[in-house]
Amino acid sequence: MSLYLLPAFIFILLGLSAIKQIKVYDCFVDGSKEALKLMVTVFPYIAAISIAIELFRVSGLGHFLSGILAVPLSYVGIPSEIAELMMLVPVSGNGAIALLENVFKIYGADSYIGRCAAAVVGSSETIFYISAVYFSGTDVKKLRYAIPVALFSSFCGAIIACLLCRFI
Amino acid sequence: MRAQSVKELRMNLIFTAILTISAAIMLFTAPDKTLSVMLTGGTNAIDLSLKLLAVYAVWLSVLKLTERLELDKKIAKLFSPIIDRLFKGESAAAKSYITINLASNMLGMGGAATPAGIKAMQAMYQGDGVASDNMLLLLVLNATSVQLIPATVIALRSAAGSSSAGDIILPALISTACSTLIGAVAAKIISKFKRRKARGRKKQTANTAANTAVNPLLSAAKLPVLNKKNRYKR
Repeated sequence: MSLYLLPAFIFILLGLSAIKQIKVYDCFVDGSKEALKLMVTVFPYIAAISIAIELFRVSGLGHFLSGILAVPLSYVGIPSEIAELMMLVPVSGNGAIALLENVFKIYGADSYIGRCAAAVVGSSETIFYISAVYFSGTDVKKLRYAIPVALFSSFCGAIIACLLCRFI
Repeated sequence: MRAQSVKELRMNLIFTAILTISAAIMLFTAPDKTLSVMLTGGTNAIDLSLKLLAVYAVWLSVLKLTERLELDKKIAKLFSPIIDRLFKGESAAAKSYITINLASNMLGMGGAATPAGIKAMQAMYQGDGVASDNMLLLLVLNATSVQLIPATVIALRSAAGSSSAGDIILPALISTACSTLIGAVAAKIISKFKRRKARGRKKQTANTAANTAVNPLLSAAKLPVLNKKNRYKR
């Protein structure tokens, strides 16, 4: 069903524009032009964050901090084995995926820890990346409460996900 | 005034701390690798950016088509009962971007969501250097977005030999629904609380920078000047 959804949507759009005689070629040229402009504004943020994250991960700082976090996390029902995953999820999507594969390899995809890890990754977004990219089109300097609220609510989501994984 | 500039510094502070501590550890464990790791980070950024560029080119073109067909207004009208209530006082253009952003995010079309989200932010921005309550709400909704089908994770699970890879759809759906709700409610409560606080402070003194920052509508014109001052102070 969802396999046909997007292609059908695009087909309908193109069909409608043909009927209404809209210049599709011009639209795609304009769209790509905007994409380039957007990339120029977004890229510096992505680059700065990627460099920091790579150092953070490889130096072992991430591993060390997750060791500290593991105990308080286990109090709220999040297995200590996925503490490092919890730390990586808001900063790096690719890093989290790599770590998830590792968890599957060690504990198995159907184990409780494997299911928790999958649910946590599946229900999360890379918050720091999103906030850098979304505000890149503006010169906003003060994000105020955005990141704390986003982190807190997705943390609540992770607790709920781990709780639900006990029952499936 | 001082508390404000401290807030501005926070992102720089976190960034510097992470880089410095990591680099210090690398200095002792693997000094020869420090630079290559940083370059790997840069390369990752380029890989990701090229992928995103392709995605943006396709989806911004599709967005253009929906705009020319005036479908975006129709979609916005469909969801307007919810969007109007959540994002009070925004322009029609901003609302239609917000609708496209949230709808494509829920359907898992992240590619369409990001450009629409950036455009929505630009449409809502007042030009005063401060993210308004509505902008923050949009960010929180995106950061906690409802996931109908976490496709990547399901694919990874079945690749790792899971017997029923789709099992996590329900936990992911319920937990994201909860986190979105918590995020939206928290954002609304904080914005209301801060506005009330700002109003109280305004009665006492007229010239605190804080109340203009909390409620940008109060004096959008004055704020760029104040911001510049902050920047020089740093």
